[in-house]
This record gives sequence, C-alpha cells and structure tokens, in this order.
Amino acid sequence: MPDDFILRAALAGVGLMLAAGPLGAFVIWRRMAYTGDATAHAAILGVALALATEMPIALGTAIVALAMALAVSALTGRGRAADTVLGVLAHSALALGLVAVSFLPSVRSDLSVWLFGDVLTVNARDVATIWAGSGAVLGLLAWRWGALLTATLSDELSQAAGFSPRRQQLVLTVAVALTVAVALKIVGALMTGAMLVIPAAAARSLARSPEAMALWAVLIGSLSVVGGLIASLRLDTPAGPSIVVVAATIFALTLPLARYR
Amino acid sequence: MLIETHGLSVRRGNATVLRDVDLAIAQGEIVTIVGPNGSGKSTLVRALIGLEPLSAGTLWRKPGLRIGYVPQRLHVDATLPMTVRRFLSLPQRVSDEAARVALTRTGVPDVAQRQLSGLSGGQLQRVLLARALLSQPDIFILDEPTQGLDQPGTAAFYRLIEELRAETGAAVLMVSHDLHVVMSASDRVICLNGHVCCQGAPHVVSAAPEYRALFGLGTGGTLALYRHLHDHDHDGEAHAHNHDHAREHEDA
Repeated sequence: MPDDFILRAALAGVGLMLAAGPLGAFVIWRRMAYTGDATAHAAILGVALALATEMPIALGTAIVALAMALAVSALTGRGRAADTVLGVLAHSALALGLVAVSFLPSVRSDLSVWLFGDVLTVNARDVATIWAGSGAVLGLLAWRWGALLTATLSDELSQAAGFSPRRQQLVLTVAVALTVAVALKIVGALMTGAMLVIPAAAARSLARSPEAMALWAVLIGSLSVVGGLIASLRLDTPAGPSIVVVAATIFALTLPLARYR
Repeated sequence: MLIETHGLSVRRGNATVLRDVDLAIAQGEIVTIVGPNGSGKSTLVRALIGLEPLSAGTLWRKPGLRIGYVPQRLHVDATLPMTVRRFLSLPQRVSDEAARVALTRTGVPDVAQRQLSGLSGGQLQRVLLARALLSQPDIFILDEPTQGLDQPGTAAFYRLIEELRAETGAAVLMVSHDLHVVMSASDRVICLNGHVCCQGAPHVVSAAPEYRALFGLGTGGTLALYRHLHDHDHDGEAHAHNHDHAREHEDA
C-alpha cells in the first residue's frame, strides 16, 4: 500500500490533468503554447503578491496569471505572429517575479518549490483546491465545447453561427490562467507549460477526433504523473521534472504511431 | 429584406476600407459582389456577419437570421483531428441521417469518415456547403467559394448553389472574382471598390462604364457571361438566361 503522501500527490496530479488535458489540446490547436508559458511564468509574481498581502497563494497566482493571460491575448490576437511580444512578456514576467520574491525572505529560501513544484507535500486541502479549480476549467470547456471548436477552425464560421470568436478566446484565456494557478503547486511555474503541451501533443498521434485527443491527453498526462512519482521515489529525483520527463518519453514513443492523414 | 445596410463604413487604422455601402438583400435572390483585389469584398462579408465593427452607418439583419457561411478556404491545422462527420455537427449537433443527406446533396456522399485536413480543395468546398445547408439558412454567404477549382469545377459548384437556392428558397450572397462564370447566375451584381461602383442585373453591370473602368474589358480582351443549361425553372422568377450553354463574348 503506497503512503498517503504519494496518494495525495497522485490525486493532485491527475486532478490537474483533468483540466490540462483538454485545455492543452486547445493550446496546441490554436498555437497558444507560448501564451501558456508566459502565463505560467507570471505566476511567480502572483506568489510574491499573495505573500506580501497575506492572500491565499492560489488566489494571488490566479489573479496575476489572469492579468497576464488577458494582456497576452490582447497584444497578440489570434493567428498573428507574436513570438517577440510573447518572448518579452514570458521572460520579463519570470524575472520580475523572481525579483519581487527576493524581497520576501520567507520565500527566497524555497524558491525552487515555486519554480519546479512540490507535489509530494500537498495536503488534503491542496488536493481539494486543485480538484475544484480543475473541475471549474473542465466544466467551462465542456459547456462551451462546440463553440470553442468552431472558433478554433474559423472566426467567420463561428461568428456566422452566432458565437463571437472573441468570447471563445476569452474563455480559453481564463481557463489557462486558472489551470496555471492549479498547476503551480504540482509542477511549478517552469513546468506548467509542459503539462499543457506535451500530453496533448502525444495524444495527437492516437486520436481521430478532437474529443478523443482531449481524452488521450488526460490519460497520458495521468500516466505521466503516476510514472513520474514512482520514478521520483525510486531514483530520488525531483517530482515535477520527473513527471515531465515521463510525459516527454511517452510523446517520443507515440511519434511512430502518428497517422496525420 | 434579410440584410440591409445604410452608409456602412469600415476603417482599419487610418485607412478606410469600405465607405458608404448601401446594400439590401431580399429573400431568395442571388447577389454577387465582384471587385478587384483589395476592394473590400471580404471585409464587407465579415461586416455583414458581424465580425467587423462599423466606423459609420447602420447594419440591420432580420431578427433570428440564420446564415449558412462558406469561407474562402478553411485551413485545418494538422494538429486538429477532425472527421467530416464531426465537423458537420459544429456547433450544432445534426443526426447521421441529416449529415448523409446533406453530403449526398452536395456531391460528396463518401467522405463522412475522412479527415478534414485530407480532403481535396473541391471536396472541402462541398463539405463546407453541406455544413451551411445543414444550418437551414435564410441566406448562404459564400466568400470566393471556388478558389482553387478549375473552370468545370467552378461551373458545377455554381450550378449546385443555384439548385440549392431553388430547393431551399434561401438567398445567396456570393463574393467572386470569377467573372466569367458567376455573373449570369446572379439576379444582381454589385461591383465593389471600397464603395459600391455600380449594381444591377449582370448584363447591365458588365456594360456599365464604372465596371469597365475597374476590370478593363476583361482579361485578354474577353469578358464572358457564362450561360448554361437549366433543367428546371426558378419559381417563375424572371430570369434573363439563355438556355443554350453557350458563351457570349464581348470582345474589345
């Protein structure tokens, strides 16, 4: 029987993937990978804000992540080449967060927790928060699913059917921010983008429909969480990066299965 | 009326893309918008759908107007797995039977399980038309729907649109620069170049000095009204078609 802390860690990771799987699929389809990174990096600034104002960490990160996601969304827009803007924002947010955190001695000591996550120390309340946040994201995506897919295919098709593509973009932006807030404790600011992109990318090779791809992303992500935790225990490696390494390995293994046509 | 605009203007930055466009589309008519590249054709379509904010003027759509939209082209990212059948149910779910009927009607009965990204240009256009048909539209709006089709393919596609109009009673608003093929099928042609240069019946527009100033006398000196065989009548509406499948050249 595995220890309680491992069970909690696995529950937390699987909870995250319930949201990060389907959302990651949209991140790939809409080429928002860099948006995810920029938003995740900004979460460090949210940690600083939360600690300085004695706000719950999840709330602080959610607020700053949302502000960042909205800024990125406004500055880039759909389909416009925005590498430069995103590159500037992603790294500035991270640097600014690290500088802000350095003013708070209590955080300075365990900065790596926020950068790489600390899933092995989640308590029951953390798990509940993660599932609540993930459930909200999943519900949001399920509720808007058809409209989100239509808007992903074409702004015009979406608008002609009565769904504003801008609103769908906003829904996804909010979902990314919430997911980042959820993921921070598990894989940290630097690895959150990986949990969005890698399982969904691996799922592409296996799926023939968008729904199947979202489902496969959840399964592959969950498998990565469990595999990463086991590896972390056996090899005494950091949990967050171990999870990402397992996900990347699965991605590499699915490549030969790709049937893009 | 289904759609009506008065003084519609659209601005992008400092450039005025469209100014003072007065336009009305009635039930069941086929209206074609022609214009050179950069004349604001696609912008006008986007404005009519509601995607472009107006800088001046008014846009009225019949309340509850259902639009069957067929885009110029649909780029389906290779990362997005999507069968034709799944696509037809976006955003509103349709039954398998309805999907089968629609695909058969538009001439692609066997593609339901194919991936969208693997279709040929012509197949994709017909799938897009099937999807528009499934929304039971009051009006089809087609933005250069025949780009990438050869001339027989284009003619067949337009014939299909005419038939669908006759069957469903829906209006058709079509953007085109396929001047050779499209015009005789239209009840009305609107010649656009940032503003409405001229409009009217196809043969009237093609003779208008504004039209000739825009397009010259046709590429290589030929401007053709393509007239094709009709095997049915359009509800007794007055049509100026010759049923002789001949091309009439207006050489310079």
